[in-house]
Amino acid sequence: MFTTNLDQSVNWISFSKKGRPYGFLFFILSVLAVVPACNHEEADPSVPISFQNPSHFPDPVYKMDHNKVTQSGFELGRALFYETKLSKDNSISCGSCHQQSSAFTHHGHSVSHGIGDKLGTRNSPPVMNLAWSNAFMWDGGVFDLDFFSIAPITNPIEMGEEIKDVVEKLKKDPVYPPRFQKAFGSSEITSTKMFLALSQFMVMCISADSKYDQWKLGKGAVLSEEEKDGYRLVKEKCGGCHSGELFTDNKFHNNGIGQGRLVADEGREKITLSPLDNRKFKTPSLRNLKYTAPYMHDGRSFDLNAVITHYTSQVKESATLDSLLRTPSGTTGIELTPVEVDHILLFLNTLNDENFIRNYELSEFAVKK
Amino acid sequence: MFSKKFIYTLLVLFSVSLASCKKDSENTTPSGTGNISFEFDNVVGSSQLVLDSTMNTFTNSSGEKFSVTQFNYYISNIKLKKSDGTIYTVPQGSSYFLIMESNEESQMPEIHGVPAGDYKEITFTIGVDSLRSTMDISKRTGVLDPAYIAGHGMYWSWNQGYIFLKAEGMSPAAPEMMGHEFYYHIGGFGGYSSQTINNIRTITLPLPGEGATVRSNINPEVHILADVLKVFDGPKPLKIADNSMVMWSDVSLDISNNYKNMFTVHHVHNEP
Repeated sequence: MFTTNLDQSVNWISFSKKGRPYGFLFFILSVLAVVPACNHEEADPSVPISFQNPSHFPDPVYKMDHNKVTQSGFELGRALFYETKLSKDNSISCGSCHQQSSAFTHHGHSVSHGIGDKLGTRNSPPVMNLAWSNAFMWDGGVFDLDFFSIAPITNPIEMGEEIKDVVEKLKKDPVYPPRFQKAFGSSEITSTKMFLALSQFMVMCISADSKYDQWKLGKGAVLSEEEKDGYRLVKEKCGGCHSGELFTDNKFHNNGIGQGRLVADEGREKITLSPLDNRKFKTPSLRNLKYTAPYMHDGRSFDLNAVITHYTSQVKESATLDSLLRTPSGTTGIELTPVEVDHILLFLNTLNDENFIRNYELSEFAVKK
Repeated sequence: MFSKKFIYTLLVLFSVSLASCKKDSENTTPSGTGNISFEFDNVVGSSQLVLDSTMNTFTNSSGEKFSVTQFNYYISNIKLKKSDGTIYTVPQGSSYFLIMESNEESQMPEIHGVPAGDYKEITFTIGVDSLRSTMDISKRTGVLDPAYIAGHGMYWSWNQGYIFLKAEGMSPAAPEMMGHEFYYHIGGFGGYSSQTINNIRTITLPLPGEGATVRSNINPEVHILADVLKVFDGPKPLKIADNSMVMWSDVSLDISNNYKNMFTVHHVHNEP
């Protein structure tokens, strides 16, 4: 019967319906299995990984209490993040286009290639500080992190696989049932658990330990006068969009880069169908720019000089151009002196978080096979 | 006025006196629960819907020949109104159904534990309500499980949300360069952070005859017809030649306003 049932226990009843003589025993065992799993300390004897909100960050948007990060859940999520079985031909993992050494972007790729070398149309954004966002993709088409991974997995030009087939592949891999057991108290593998585990890994990809952070938190780092001036300038000239400690407002803007060389990409309008959102894209963070080139939604700017040049002299007028990019004199763009540009670049360099891209716990090497 | 207790006592006495009667009197308050099963019977005008790709099986009101290759839709949030005006709301968790023409079992959803009573009216949503569309992933089970749904093409992963109704087929009126195929994927729950199109449609239908008389020993079967022609014919007729592919666009609003009128309750079986 094609009905949903929120009551998990009904699933167990269905086992006995299938004529398993030990259905009831299975039910009892499963109940016993769930009980110790409620106690995370017992399940995770090592120093457990847990979500710590950086003290200068706002509260997370992700519903932490609905999917509490545990050591075993995080480890499962990490294994899944680096699992090529998530793609149709077992060739690509999440980590293929979200490489840690590039702050979880695809280094050197304007757009990424999926299975069979099919090219996408947008630049792979960093898996970074996602706990503070409820707008994913450049157009914000996904608003709940737990549902995000469905898109790249099922997209024919990315991983091109069906979720149910991923689940079947994981069931057949002997390493996974015990991992699901450890993480969720039952070795049954479901897509929901898979997505929750992936979220646990992704929300732990926190970058909050750059020189800027260490300075801001009084942890010993010192910003030079030039860097401090750059910080002031970023707040003043860029802070309309790249705001707060995340250096993004997680909102959508038309920054005047105009139509790209690849395809006509209407950005946020694709989702809202509102002409007012034409060519608006989500503000990317200014953190870790050293590792995340190329820039812009289609990766058209290969270095920060190209980005600065865009904002100072190449902003194109259009109906939805962000008003912050219009000057009182009627021109477009942001007015910056060469010295100001230097100071801004110096400050942006303080937002690079070496500890983030070198964090062993987030790396593929930490996945135990 | 008589006290409630007095009335109940009278009712009990009355019903006991009628216990030998075959049919319950209107004045009794039946107790217990029963089940209601539905049959969603997809038709095209006065013909049974048969999936095929011949392009010329049916004709819409614009005179366009077409055939249907896929026809799926969500039914949810079922409410039943008794003759006394009280409403039974089917518990949310067991009130989502995906009807698929290609899957006979899916066309016969069942709701359990319906309080005994004489139901005269049914209300349901075509699609998935906005609350459930934004709920935690752990609350998306069965036909709402994105893993299941993505496989059946009833979910937009790039624009998070369910496809409420999907009608695909072939027509000479559809462009040749598209292989004469037409696609109508209608969804949209109103948006999460920005207001977007809302194609959630709720309809109320009378249950004809004596209605659905649920008793502990009577599990009524409600036979509902869904007329594919109404996807095309309604307040704003849909011409395949003009719109052979409608998915995430404002035209979808016209289509959902058409198909919300596609249901009729043909009859109800109340045999024990």
